[in-house]
Amino acid sequence: MSIDKDTVRKVAHLARIAEPEERLEPLAAELNGILGWIEQLNEVDIEGVEAMASTVDVQLPMRDDVLQDGPTGGGQPENVTANAPKSEDNFFVVPKVVE
Amino acid sequence: MTNPTELSLTELRDALKKKEVTSLEATDAYLARIEKAGDLNAFITVTADKAREMAKASDEKLGRGEGGALEGVPLGIKDLFCTEETLTTAGSHILDGFEPKYESTVTSNLWRDGAVMLGKLNMDEFAMGSSNETSFYGPVVNPWRAEGSDAKLTPGGSSGGSSASVAARLCAGATATDTGGSIRQPASLTATVGVKPTYGRVSRWGVVAFASSLDQAGPLARDVRDAAVMLKSMAGHDPKDSTSVDRPVPDYEAALGGSLKGLKVGVPKEYRIDGMPAEIEQLWQSGVDWMKDAGCEIVDISLPLTKYALPVYYIVAPAEASSNLARYDGVKYGHRAKDYDDILSMYENTRAEGFGDEVKRRILVGTYVLSAGYYDAYYLRAQKVRKRIFDEFVEAFSKVDLILTPSAPSAAFELGAKMNDPVQMYLNDVFTVTANLAGLPGASVPAGLDKDGLPLGLQLLAKPFDEETMFKGMHALEQAAGFDVTPEEWWA
Repeated sequence: MSIDKDTVRKVAHLARIAEPEERLEPLAAELNGILGWIEQLNEVDIEGVEAMASTVDVQLPMRDDVLQDGPTGGGQPENVTANAPKSEDNFFVVPKVVE
Repeated sequence: MTNPTELSLTELRDALKKKEVTSLEATDAYLARIEKAGDLNAFITVTADKAREMAKASDEKLGRGEGGALEGVPLGIKDLFCTEETLTTAGSHILDGFEPKYESTVTSNLWRDGAVMLGKLNMDEFAMGSSNETSFYGPVVNPWRAEGSDAKLTPGGSSGGSSASVAARLCAGATATDTGGSIRQPASLTATVGVKPTYGRVSRWGVVAFASSLDQAGPLARDVRDAAVMLKSMAGHDPKDSTSVDRPVPDYEAALGGSLKGLKVGVPKEYRIDGMPAEIEQLWQSGVDWMKDAGCEIVDISLPLTKYALPVYYIVAPAEASSNLARYDGVKYGHRAKDYDDILSMYENTRAEGFGDEVKRRILVGTYVLSAGYYDAYYLRAQKVRKRIFDEFVEAFSKVDLILTPSAPSAAFELGAKMNDPVQMYLNDVFTVTANLAGLPGASVPAGLDKDGLPLGLQLLAKPFDEETMFKGMHALEQAAGFDVTPEEWWA
């Protein structure tokens, strides 16, 4: 499975990273280098093996559905927006999304 | 009174309790050393005012005969830990100006126990790197130099600011994080002690996320006792991290010096890799002899899937990173591009400007392996191989209590030497990455010097949540190695 320039363009768009046209070829070469090295995983027998997403063997803990105290609690929009590059009245300001 | 920066963390702790030195004196002494060590580039932010304020508060408590386990001890904090109202960058341009409104659980625990924050330590961008060269703030320089050379060497990565600052005595100890080896490899390259705890032992809450199923925080310290004391403070259950495990934190310091008689130590033959310097092989053999002398039984074991661990890692970690780093969009915090036409170009330009080359490369790999048509071939396959690697360790640990390996395949290398070849750089983590995939605790202990006078470490791996046995083994290695060399202070 070799990556070409068009695939890099598509993946960069999916990842929301602007990549100039002249970077697409070099990136394709870099990604092929990495993915070519990864291909060796095809040698491993995975028949009947279950996929592992986490090493912690516990049930996801549940908490009571009540407002938390402290930084994970609610009612503090000024803290939520404090680091925004652009905000107004505790709202995030972004370019127009809906025409 | 000797210079307080010469004392280990636990010696300083004891001297503070006995009022032989004040926290303010120790803090000022460290700040003076940091100021002179600009050439190492270990700190992104020095929080001198906050440090003195915290030190004075500690001195008041100590004066009343009160105070926690780390009362008055000055520490450096890797810039991946969110610190309230203090710039937190993750070594990235995209987090420009980010001052969190909250404190990570790990740092909260350290402040609860009385520690003092000296500042925030440099690191590879978003912890992606093995040489600290991907940092937006420039590489950290290793305090160690090869004999007869003034070439700048890497302190390892991603916790390069942590390893360099501990080795150069710019702090009594430092926090670090390890996703594929980012605590243990830097420890090996700087003659410091680095501990990656069991996944779930330490809360990830407030630690900037890289690969959430692999990330784990731990200490980088001057000696094994210091690391034990730091880990006790850092660890513990946290309801804010759903993968944090609810079990008591043992007194790791109390485990030191315990008998190793009858412990079985596994030596995996697959960790003997092509091109590994003979000195590392010899040091490993010395480690085997030291464990034998301490009363351990040595068992030859086989971990045949070892060579597949890094390729698994370079699917799983970028996949998780591409998802975690989607949050940097120029809306909620940090950098936003100045030029854009609409929301899409705002996202794309912000991320193009804000992320460095290695981070972009990994986001692209992660996005690709998760994309339609490739998910099964890459991501799902990697997760299955990961399960087989995990099972292989479960099987090995049914026969042994500890596993002994080298920590890294080479000593510190020159800055710039591996930056043009990502796969060569990735191979730095060949001995460490298995512990992340399997969730096991692992640690690196300084064990000797190579022919150029550069430090080399040995790694111990243990069963999940059996850090106590690991610390016992680390202490035995430390005692036997008798490593007491410090780098010459060319930077001061």
